[in-house]
Amino acid sequence: MDQDRRTFLGQTGRLLVLTASAGVAWEHVLAGRPEEAPNYRATDHWWAMSIDIETCIGCGNCVRACKTENDVPREPQTFRTWVERYTVDPADLEHPKVESPDGGYGGFHELEVRNPDLKSFFVPKLCNHCAHSPCVQVCPVGATFESQDGVVLVDREYCLGCSYCIQACPYGCRFIDPRTHTVDKCNFCYHRITRGLTTACCETCPTGTRVLADLKDPKDPIHAFLRDHKVQVLKPQMATGSKVFYNGLDGSVR
Amino acid sequence: MARRTSTHVHLLRMAGLFVVGITAFVGLRWVMVPADFGEFGHYRSGAVLDNMNRPRVFAGQAACVECHTDVAELRAKGRHARVACEACHGALAAHAASPAEVKPVRPDARATCIVCHTASLSKPKSFPQVLPAEHAPEGSCAACHAVHNPKIS
Amino acid sequence: MPGVEGFIYPNELELQWSVLIVLYPFITGLVAGAFILASLERVFNVEAVKPTYRLALLTALAFLLVAPLPLQLHLGHPERSLEMYLTPHTQSAMAMFGFVYLWYLMVVLVLEIWLDYRRDIVLRWRASSGLVKHLYGAMALWSDDISDAALSLDDRIGRALTVIGIPSAFLLHGYVGFIFGSIKANPWWSTPLMPIVFLFSAIVSGIACILLLYFVTCWFRRVAVDMACVDTIAKYLYYAFIVDFSLEMLDLIHRLYEADESFRALDFMVKTRLFTSQIVLQIIVGTLVPLGLLAATQLVALREQTRRVLYVIAGSLTLIGIFAMRWNVVIGGQLFSKSFLGYTSYKMQFATREGLLPAIVLMILPFVILWVLIRLLPPWGHDDRASRTRPRP
Repeated sequence: MDQDRRTFLGQTGRLLVLTASAGVAWEHVLAGRPEEAPNYRATDHWWAMSIDIETCIGCGNCVRACKTENDVPREPQTFRTWVERYTVDPADLEHPKVESPDGGYGGFHELEVRNPDLKSFFVPKLCNHCAHSPCVQVCPVGATFESQDGVVLVDREYCLGCSYCIQACPYGCRFIDPRTHTVDKCNFCYHRITRGLTTACCETCPTGTRVLADLKDPKDPIHAFLRDHKVQVLKPQMATGSKVFYNGLDGSVR
Repeated sequence: MARRTSTHVHLLRMAGLFVVGITAFVGLRWVMVPADFGEFGHYRSGAVLDNMNRPRVFAGQAACVECHTDVAELRAKGRHARVACEACHGALAAHAASPAEVKPVRPDARATCIVCHTASLSKPKSFPQVLPAEHAPEGSCAACHAVHNPKIS
Repeated sequence: MPGVEGFIYPNELELQWSVLIVLYPFITGLVAGAFILASLERVFNVEAVKPTYRLALLTALAFLLVAPLPLQLHLGHPERSLEMYLTPHTQSAMAMFGFVYLWYLMVVLVLEIWLDYRRDIVLRWRASSGLVKHLYGAMALWSDDISDAALSLDDRIGRALTVIGIPSAFLLHGYVGFIFGSIKANPWWSTPLMPIVFLFSAIVSGIACILLLYFVTCWFRRVAVDMACVDTIAKYLYYAFIVDFSLEMLDLIHRLYEADESFRALDFMVKTRLFTSQIVLQIIVGTLVPLGLLAATQLVALREQTRRVLYVIAGSLTLIGIFAMRWNVVIGGQLFSKSFLGYTSYKMQFATREGLLPAIVLMILPFVILWVLIRLLPPWGHDDRASRTRPRP
């Protein structure tokens, strides 16, 4: 690639900015004061999320918070994250009854049939930010990609809206934003996590079900989570390198 | 010799057209591909900054605690210790940025509680839940439970 | 929710790829198939189909020119589509297909048509006047050498191009099959057979299309149909159809036998939402009936008149069947939820950007272009290479 002087100076300047004052900035990041932490080194992080099914109460706070924080379209309904409720007859794991009214935006009504013999639980879902993402693989122009810190991002200025990535995602987490005619999806609230905050969904989760994780941080609770629980990812047979880890994911979950 | 060349003329011209086309394509690429494309991978590195620079609507708990330390201390002693402020109070980055100008609306002390604490077979059994109609058919939950530290011992 | 049965992921309500994306493999399939038929004469010296050689090439060009249009109408940002050429993601089949398309259009089709027609272009350049004269001059690249030596050279290069063109045609439509077949998230699409099934159904549709076009153009020109020609085309259509049908049956039998996690959901979908388009249109009307008719013409001695009628019916039903197959792959692949627990429905609209009306217009457009091409570069007449003695290579 041709580099003229201007590009070179620009790149050098950016590099200097990124590596300067890392120590001081990091303290501010840890304290959750984003205004004073403009410096963020992507290669220091590898973002993931843990979701504990055994504590999810299906309140829908995460769905509402995500829509608020990220201006996700309400009409027609599209979701960066949503909650599903499973009602399973333990004798028939292959035929769960699943529902997600409005993605769980308004929470869930009580089950129509209150049968204590049935197994029922909530499963929050979102983009899994796969390390070997099939959606990134099929994008014809490079409008979706995995950043250096492990977040699968969408470039709204570059996306053609061809929807190939939507076809390729096994989890149904992508959609076309009808206002921009480009693809959109959960981006782990990138504008928050790069400034020391957590994602909107994790912030508002009242039970600590959803917890943002940094796999590169040795002090992150994710390591104990992965060690002490029987964890599962969605559709492991797809080998996507999913980085959303579930505790208590039942075999009936699709 | 001249005759041999003339049988090739149309082919040479066609080849020339292809060369022109390919050169135009290469030139187009040089001009149109964004300068920051390909820096870290097959994408525009500007897109990373675009994603980073979107506005925040939730302030994040740390911002609330900076001013409202009394409430934070009260809450830290009780069962709501791990419930973030904005989980009930809604998105308040605007208030955190201009506390005087943007006043938050007090959440309804029944509707807000019911969202989480209505009993359901789908909820984990260990989670505190009641049937509102049986537990307290009407009225505010705050009548008995201090919302920031709700357990009645 | 209206049109939803069972459970679907919340983002799966609307189909992403519409009838326009059904049109696209149908059109590129016709291109590949028409070209393969043309190559039968040029490379494999099947003399009987000579009368359709030029017609097949022009048809392929007309359809290939229209092929990108349904895609442009579908894109959220068609003005950004050049990005596929500027920054193609080499791992993406869709991106690399842009180059396969360009290669096929410029190197295979345009060059081959130009070389085959060059003598006629030069003659028309000399004989015409006004704006048309300039047009022919430009097409001849202002070289008027049509000596035997020059034409012999053209012929050799043209033959080489056809030889390259056959695997290029395979690549063109096999790639479209790969665009679907490589999506592991979708079990209706994900199979290594997909590129091959697409290719053979393309060959079938292309041959059927040329067969019908030959009948239509003979009727317009009020000339007799060359029975040796149509009998041979029908024979190749029959063989290609047998291979295509076998491949599709292989896929079906494999699914039925293995019955993996997606099978029940897909089986239910075929029996309900896809019953008309798959069982009735694709399999019965579009495959079994034309196969039966063609078998009758191949195995039983029938009068010319009868054979002509059967060819026209078989050809028409074949095209309906292959269109239905594209529909079943593209639309069918999006009707079921990836949770395998539910279905949504396709609400095709009429006069919207991705509706039925633009689809109809886009299907008519290639024939308009073909008409213009036939006027400019007639595929028949005393200049027809087929009726000249060709210098042996």
